[in-house]
Amino acid sequence: MPPRGSLVPVFDQLHWPLRLERRQKPSAAMRICSSPLAALAMLATGLLVFAALGKDPVAAFRVFFVEPLNSTYGVGELLLKATPLMLCALGLAVSYRANVWNIGAEGQLTLGAITGGGVGLFFGPALGHWGQPAVLSAGVLGGMAWAAIPALLRSRFRTSEIFVSLMLVYIAQLLLSYLVHGPWRDPAGQNFPQSQPLSDSVLLPSLLQGTRVNVGFIIALVLALLSWWFGTTTAAGFRMRVGGLAPAAAAYAGISERRNIWLAMMISGGAAGLAGVCEVAGPIGMLQPVVSPGYGFAAIIVAFVGRLHPLGVVLASLLMSALYLGGESAQMELQLPASVSGLFQGGLLFYLLAAELFIGFRLRRAHRLPSAAPAGGGGA
Amino acid sequence: MTTVSTPASARLALHGISKRYASVIANDRIDLKVAAGEIHALLGENGAGKSTLMKIVYGVTQPDEGSIEWEGAPVAIRSPAQARRLGIGMVFQHFSIFETLTVAENIALALNERLPAATLAARIDEVSQRYGLPIDPQRLTHGMSVGERQRVEIVRCLLQSPRLLIMDEPTSVLTPQAVQVLFETLRRLAREGVSILYISHKLDEIRELCDVATILRNGRVSGSAIPREQSNTSLGRMMVGADLKECKLEPRPPGPIRLELTNLSLDTEDPFGTSLRQINLRVRGGQIVGIAGVSGNGQKELLAAISGERLCTQRAAVRLCGQDAARLNPAQRRTLGLRFVPEERLGRGAVPGMHLADNCVLTGASAGLVRHGMVRRRAARAFARATIAEFAVKCDGELAPADSLSGGNLQKFIVGREIRLAPTVMLVAQPTWGVDVGASLLIRQALIELRNAGAAVLVISEDLDELFAICDCLAVLARGRLSDAMPTAGLAAETVGVWMTGEFQGAGAAAGVAGAGV
Repeated sequence: MPPRGSLVPVFDQLHWPLRLERRQKPSAAMRICSSPLAALAMLATGLLVFAALGKDPVAAFRVFFVEPLNSTYGVGELLLKATPLMLCALGLAVSYRANVWNIGAEGQLTLGAITGGGVGLFFGPALGHWGQPAVLSAGVLGGMAWAAIPALLRSRFRTSEIFVSLMLVYIAQLLLSYLVHGPWRDPAGQNFPQSQPLSDSVLLPSLLQGTRVNVGFIIALVLALLSWWFGTTTAAGFRMRVGGLAPAAAAYAGISERRNIWLAMMISGGAAGLAGVCEVAGPIGMLQPVVSPGYGFAAIIVAFVGRLHPLGVVLASLLMSALYLGGESAQMELQLPASVSGLFQGGLLFYLLAAELFIGFRLRRAHRLPSAAPAGGGGA
Repeated sequence: MTTVSTPASARLALHGISKRYASVIANDRIDLKVAAGEIHALLGENGAGKSTLMKIVYGVTQPDEGSIEWEGAPVAIRSPAQARRLGIGMVFQHFSIFETLTVAENIALALNERLPAATLAARIDEVSQRYGLPIDPQRLTHGMSVGERQRVEIVRCLLQSPRLLIMDEPTSVLTPQAVQVLFETLRRLAREGVSILYISHKLDEIRELCDVATILRNGRVSGSAIPREQSNTSLGRMMVGADLKECKLEPRPPGPIRLELTNLSLDTEDPFGTSLRQINLRVRGGQIVGIAGVSGNGQKELLAAISGERLCTQRAAVRLCGQDAARLNPAQRRTLGLRFVPEERLGRGAVPGMHLADNCVLTGASAGLVRHGMVRRRAARAFARATIAEFAVKCDGELAPADSLSGGNLQKFIVGREIRLAPTVMLVAQPTWGVDVGASLLIRQALIELRNAGAAVLVISEDLDELFAICDCLAVLARGRLSDAMPTAGLAAETVGVWMTGEFQGAGAAAGVAGAGV
């Protein structure tokens, strides 16, 4: 049994005007509202920052959030950028629910781009109809292979998967850079560090005329449904949830921690690899030194803003995608620095973590006291 | 019910204290008077409102209605710091001790004023000698037994020269001998004029120690009495509202050996844990074997070794139903018929954020709650509903989250779940710790019925009364070694108390009564 109130003797000596009090029950209302509240707080902060930079906040808001989306092409871009975020975040959500902290989706995404792109480059024309499935599968396997390294080290040697997966991001990026600067460089590419363009037979078909959004978005939505089904009805999903919620209960019930780690890493790594190959076989169409503006890292925020729930992740990836688009638009039209998107992303995570605290706690005035009822009158 | 007259100048007087929470009235117009130098028992089941009332007196929470008088003057106690300034000290049931600090550092943390280290150490020495509470101020607390930790807490309170000392279930973790030492200290304090509010549900202790008892039931005062003039039955009736039934253990021929530990040695993984040394034990079908001893003497390690949460190197060190099990994981041991109720209910026996139906899935694979890799939710809900009904679990249905249940109800649920999974070997740790009297009785009775049905039951508990009430045989675990299991009939509590200190070489020979197994 947890020692309840064990810190009381220490903390009651600090005289703060407000104090955090644990709620008797986590607040269901706060659980639903924390993400929208964080988004609102982020917006308010953004408007303040715009004002401080000497821009008219209302106009800036239009440039940031309205203009990018008022055309079919704009909506297509929204869905296009939401796709890798959604794919990575869905996998990460499964992993985080199991208490396995894969921080390296960006690296797994990069490796998926390399393996998928590689298969497309070297075997694409020969594969015919099987080109697209083969390239996508190669991407998934590449992401899984990269995630297998932290999974192995964690399950064998208890190495922190957080550090290993993070460090592997930079290795993957350097590997890609080496390939496109060296062996895989397009000989006809005027010395640009990029591969040959992928053949049309492996490129993902577009969904909407006049936009760049491709079939990857549909795959992401299907995976959202699948991950919901996996989490709620399969025994493996159940075991992973138990492992995440209460490791001691998992050990008590004989749930293998090692199996949970591997499953979590394979699912999140595979999904990130798929995101990578969807970029390469989608809007980019070739390998180049940078295939992602940090989707794998932004997906961590997406996973949490979506409260690790598939539906939430779908919505949060659309929001995050809008932030990317708005940031680009703000750079072009308002000459704001590129770091504006980063500021919005960071602000979102910051407010979200703050809002999460109030699910389990509430703020109270320290010395609120019901005026003591007059003595004697009561049931004495 | 006897009404007891109290002196006019009470040290503490509560008038009409009420406290409501969202769904329950924890305290309903409670009046209480504690005289100077009086040892006043506050008796009641879990959930009767004792803890809330004490939190109000100690300033942790505020009452919705009513008033408090301290030595004749009305006061509002806004915080524990203020309570301590008034002269109210409290020894919590779960000690607020930082294991990495020394005794003196721990005490310094909770004092209202800052003292130089040397002065503090001297005062600790002085207080601990005066009240027969030997502790070394420079010692690190992590190696201390529960009894020693309690001493630190008491000394911490006494340093503030309290005039009212609140003790919350202080004996739940002590050996019989340590209980006597504690009572001596409390009596001495009372003679010096300190009032003591003693919270407990152990009737024998209250009758031995306390001058006056106030009994709470469902948030109200249901009576007050002079405990010495009462019997356990009459006090129990006031506490529960009905007569207490005793568990009955009918003699029964033991069956085949179901659980066998042979020369089990296991190094602890916990730096402050206890390694197991050469443990031998046999539990037969139709038999309840109890393991007594103070927690921290290897109980955690022994449970993990039997449940499979830790594996042993020697294959035959643990045998279940005739099969070597020492290398099997908990799920594999479950397929051999082992069921386990761990000490930690939330977080180990049950997953806090999950509802009760999902918590049945946790261990319920053998009951068909998982099939072909899928969770069978309907079956899980039906299983949970049946468990709730059979074991009278108070909750909002099978979809209530596990952490919304009170400790006692969650324990009934976990015990019920494991029993309904048809154990051949049942392993239970602290079956009724912190569980109210009614629920304890139900749990003990269920364990006895399980034994009567032929299961082998192993109970590890700190509650000697409980072990004597339900066990066929008793062994003691001390410093990682296990004594021989002796038939409970004819075994004296004092003998067990001596064993608990680790003195049981030859105990087997000395108490070698015939008729082993009963």
